[in-house]
Amino acid sequence: MADVAVQQHGAHAGTDAYEPSLFGTYSKKIGMWLFLLSDSLTFGALLYAYSYGRISTPNWPTPFHSSSILNATIMTAFLLTSSLTMVLAVRAAVFGNRKAQLGWLLATMACGAGFIILHGREWSHLISEGLTLPMFPSVPGHEANPEFANVTKTVPQFAATFFGLTGMHMLHVTLGVVYLGIIALRKKFIPILLALWLAAWLLTPAYSPFHYGAHVLLLAAIVAAVILFLKPKVYDASDVEVAGLYWHFVDLVWMFIFPLVYLMSTRIL
Amino acid sequence: MDPVQIALEEEVAEKHRHHGKAQFFWVWGVLLVITAIEVYLGYQNMEPVRMLTILMGLSIVKAALIIGYFMHMKFEISRMKWITMSSLVFCLAMMMVFFPDAFRIIHLGVR
Repeated sequence: MADVAVQQHGAHAGTDAYEPSLFGTYSKKIGMWLFLLSDSLTFGALLYAYSYGRISTPNWPTPFHSSSILNATIMTAFLLTSSLTMVLAVRAAVFGNRKAQLGWLLATMACGAGFIILHGREWSHLISEGLTLPMFPSVPGHEANPEFANVTKTVPQFAATFFGLTGMHMLHVTLGVVYLGIIALRKKFIPILLALWLAAWLLTPAYSPFHYGAHVLLLAAIVAAVILFLKPKVYDASDVEVAGLYWHFVDLVWMFIFPLVYLMSTRIL
Repeated sequence: MDPVQIALEEEVAEKHRHHGKAQFFWVWGVLLVITAIEVYLGYQNMEPVRMLTILMGLSIVKAALIIGYFMHMKFEISRMKWITMSSLVFCLAMMMVFFPDAFRIIHLGVR
């Protein structure tokens, strides 16, 4: 009843019939901000839990050698660069430059994919060296490094918080790349996503956590297909900007994870 | 689509068109420099609480730059800035209530 009244009133009076936006912007952007605020509390809780463990454990391990720190620094550079390319994609979108928009979005996805690959490599290395969780199967034919095996035994909360925090972030980055792929390529991205899922599933060994983790891509492909077939549309500048907000948030969270998890656990020789 | 939303989207896009490209490159450069400083500090033999304070301080500066410039919060209306950021800071600050307990444990020592 009230909806009908609003529709009729709006139809006669045009846009002036509505109150001005409280936040001076469009609804989907406010919706994304609200999601990001709630998600920041999730990461906030995880980061506080990690800091609590770091402060309250006198023998906190420092397993990250210079190779790990270098790897994490390159990962950080990838994410920072991806934020720059994302902001340039938004800029191209508001100027209506579709070609540049697509190019910058693909560059952002490439940086995100680079981050995921480096992070996956780091995880695989640590797991094979013996820094692992009870739920991860052991790597066959690989002797665990006593230093890492000792960390897993004496301070089990290190591996639990490390894999929990970085795994949650890696999931967000993966979904961010999928989100940008949908915005950039729409339906064309679904077969690419399915090919990536098959490659990630079949090419990773069965003992790797990524063997099962790859199914996230299949789930994402199903959800993306449902959205794209039920509500097909050409994504405009506002959609690119909203996707950009999510991507920058993922970058922002890493700015806290990198110093807290890696730099606070650096092995100084 | 709702005409009000279309008008608002166009208004926001118009604001974006006035932002120069150079500022984003500057912010990116500053973020990379701060990251390099953080890596340098990671190799200094410092007390964990002191190191944590400095690194988190630098991370907050980086977060402010990302939110302000890359997420365009600097260019939003003041109501948007204050309501979103103050609620976020308040909620995150509330979580600090657990830290005195972490210090208590470390002073007790391991038994």
